[in-house]
Amino acid sequence: MNAMILSALWGVVMMFTGLATPSARMHGRLAILGMTLLTGAAWLDFIGFSLLSDSTAGGMLLFGTYESLFILLMSGCALLYLLLSVEPMSEGGSPISDPLALHFFVMTGICIVAGYRSLLMLFLGVEILSIPLYILSASDKKNLRSNEASLKYFLMGAFSTGLMLMGIALIYGTRGSFHLDALNIGLEALSPLMTAGIVLLMVSMAFKVSAAPFHFWTPDVYDGTPTVYTSFMATIVKGAAFFAFFRLFQDGLGRLHEHWRLLMAFLTAATLIIGNGTAVFQQSVKRMLAYSSIAQAGFMMLALFAMNQTARTGIVFYAVAYSLSTIGVFAVLARMKDHSFEAFNGLAGQKPLLALLITVFLLSLAGIPLTGGFFAKYQMIAATFLEGKMIWMAVLALLCAVLGVYYYFRIIQAMYFRSGSSMPPAISADLQAVLVVTALLVVALGIHPDWLLGMLSY
Amino acid sequence: MLTAFDNFPALLIWLPLLGALLAFFLRREGVAGRWALLSSLITFGVTVASLFFQGAQHYALTQVSYVWLPDIGSSFTLSLDGISWILCLLNAVSFPLILAFSLGSPRDRPHVFYGLMLLAQTGLNGVFLCIDALGFYFFWELALIPVYFLASLWGGERRVQAAFKFFLYTFAGSVLMLAGILWIQMRTADQSFSLASFYRANLDPAEQAWLFWAFFLAFAIKMPIFPFHTWQPDAYEQSDSPVTMVLSGVMVKMGVFALMRWLLPLFPDAFKRFDEWVILLCIVGMVYASCIAMVQDDLKRMVAYSSIAHIGLMAAAVFTVQAEAWHGVLVQMFNHGINIIGLWMVVARIEAQLGVRKISALGGLAQKAPSLAILLTVIALANIALPLTNAFVGEFLMFNGLYRHNPWYAGAAGLSIILSAVYMLNMIRNVFLGGTNTMTENFADISLRHRILLSLIVLTILFCGVHPEPMLSLVEQTSDLILKRVLTR
Repeated sequence: MNAMILSALWGVVMMFTGLATPSARMHGRLAILGMTLLTGAAWLDFIGFSLLSDSTAGGMLLFGTYESLFILLMSGCALLYLLLSVEPMSEGGSPISDPLALHFFVMTGICIVAGYRSLLMLFLGVEILSIPLYILSASDKKNLRSNEASLKYFLMGAFSTGLMLMGIALIYGTRGSFHLDALNIGLEALSPLMTAGIVLLMVSMAFKVSAAPFHFWTPDVYDGTPTVYTSFMATIVKGAAFFAFFRLFQDGLGRLHEHWRLLMAFLTAATLIIGNGTAVFQQSVKRMLAYSSIAQAGFMMLALFAMNQTARTGIVFYAVAYSLSTIGVFAVLARMKDHSFEAFNGLAGQKPLLALLITVFLLSLAGIPLTGGFFAKYQMIAATFLEGKMIWMAVLALLCAVLGVYYYFRIIQAMYFRSGSSMPPAISADLQAVLVVTALLVVALGIHPDWLLGMLSY
Repeated sequence: MLTAFDNFPALLIWLPLLGALLAFFLRREGVAGRWALLSSLITFGVTVASLFFQGAQHYALTQVSYVWLPDIGSSFTLSLDGISWILCLLNAVSFPLILAFSLGSPRDRPHVFYGLMLLAQTGLNGVFLCIDALGFYFFWELALIPVYFLASLWGGERRVQAAFKFFLYTFAGSVLMLAGILWIQMRTADQSFSLASFYRANLDPAEQAWLFWAFFLAFAIKMPIFPFHTWQPDAYEQSDSPVTMVLSGVMVKMGVFALMRWLLPLFPDAFKRFDEWVILLCIVGMVYASCIAMVQDDLKRMVAYSSIAHIGLMAAAVFTVQAEAWHGVLVQMFNHGINIIGLWMVVARIEAQLGVRKISALGGLAQKAPSLAILLTVIALANIALPLTNAFVGEFLMFNGLYRHNPWYAGAAGLSIILSAVYMLNMIRNVFLGGTNTMTENFADISLRHRILLSLIVLTILFCGVHPEPMLSLVEQTSDLILKRVLTR
């Protein structure tokens, strides 16, 4: 609750700093300060210290240890993201207070979708999360592709929100309550209305996490959006959407697991196959990363399919490991003019440390041991096995991971094994230091995942 | 950290790892290579020293377990027993030879090269020592990654593709193994990854069947067994010679080793269902690879295919589950490693001087380079497994086992030995005997360094051929223990 209030307030503060000073550097510093405070506030939530007397909004929100830890982790990732992104954001010289304010509003939405107990709050949270993103994706105003991305995102997003509302209405009609706990009580049989409601909710959430076959907006939007913002959308926002998705189907509809599992399995398998299969053929690294985010979503969908304790801890672990790695790669990509694979040619010769860092991030995305990505995938496979049904899903996922190695290693091959005289990305020493920290976190998660997994299993 | 160094298995991991990390920072000309050689010699010394501390009274020196991931059920457990000893010994003997050999030819970015080499050694030792399934999987991948970089950074023109093919094949196999490992861990009584728990895991026959194939595929690709071998000739041909030596001398032994340590004891029921199929695959592969080796005109590809045939025999012998055959396999793993490194050295010297590897383009080298010719002949005879050479012991024991299992198999496998004599002797005739041609006229004999290295190999060949007893007694106990587990379950 602390974090939610603070992020909303800081968003307003950021908007007004645009009036006070036009200096982009100042805006950046304030945003980083705000995000640090936000992380601190989330930590207060985590240790159970609330600044407000009523922190449940009449039972519509609940911030327990698990939820607060998730918010803490996501705001930590967002802090790293801001540290890496403020510089490229302010490159145009224009004030960046508005986009930064939007980031804070997105964080508010993330807090709400992390802690919601009522479907109304889910709807509110998803909207608060999405609307700033529509604006951010259009923030390169003179670029037609950015405009296209925004329009696409907005139209598709509005459509899926409509479906979600419809689903919520149908479920309310059968159960007479918006509350997750009330939904889950005595829920053994399915009525047609309830079935329709569940399917609509599943479709709309699948859209938000870009699970196939509702993923078509993702490549175009991620590609058209300015790279710095793509990084935010593809990582932290996506993690939060998954968290909400998981919460909805665990706490609200968990008793009907048997009934919707097959549908979820279909979504998962389709996402894995389409995401990985299409990423192989991409010629632009940015587009490849867009498809890779679909592919990784496929892995996270395994948690929804399995829906057990391992899945519960695993999905947050996955979100963190995936976010850290992807933020790292995008931070480099944001500093490059050319987004093709060839642009990475010979990078290892010119910037050995940077190449090594990118390699760590890519190995993590590919799920190679000693990186966080390995244990993330490990948790998903273990959860699927524990569920004991349809274990071929785990094997399919692992075979898709082999495809993943293929496209992630294309960048490694370009960096190390091809020679090129391309312009190396201009990464300042500060940015490089942040990247080193991010890479160390990725490796730490890979060597000793127990500290995070232990905290998450409360 | 000091406690990490008070026993042998831990030393065998940390020493090469430290050596590797340091090597990356030694950018000065020629320093990294010498450091790597020194580091590998230290590892060799430690390995040899550890041989004197066998038996129950030295338990604390040969077993070590660190708490790693208690929540997940994995601990970092290393153990030196007979079968890990012989492979660590192979690893310890091979690397000084390979590194000393590669010091003779300058290359760009030597610090990266030698750092990666020592990292590969670390990973390989880890695979042989770790008796925790998750740790085993970690090392399995960690041995692969430095070798992938080594094979991609140095070597022939198509090296990037060849190395990537190798990487993808092996990775595809190992993810299936990972699935298997996770499944078995779930079926253990204490949710643990330790080998002991794995041996006791409660698996029904249907589970064993698919787990067997998942593990088998990972190991079969690594060894490689026909028809999963297609990465191998390309990778051997395109890699730089020292990397090829690591790949074929030590790395392929990971697969055979894993059959004995993991596959057969874990799935005794499934193995009894499928053993005939696997042996058949191995024997078909042996004959097939030998036939292809016969018609190869490229020296490297010939040795590569000959290696497939030898590994096929080892795998087949493992699946006969005869005690003698297992002893033979273990001894042969060491000896084959030494022999093939010798062969690669000869090939590399010829290529370095003449720039060609085509058998048909060469001839008469014996006149120009008598010492190279003599040394090669001994190594080639060892590769054919002539009596008094090291390979004879192992191959004899393996054939013995194969014969007892099914005489027809032994007959078919024997065919590949005859074929190996054909192609090895043919190679000697075409490359070393006969008259010189315009290209080989100016061939100079090998330098002192290479003479010493090849002589060391030849001495090892002869010593192990005449006096195989110490090596056999090293492996017997462990091998019989594992075999008993396989047969009595």
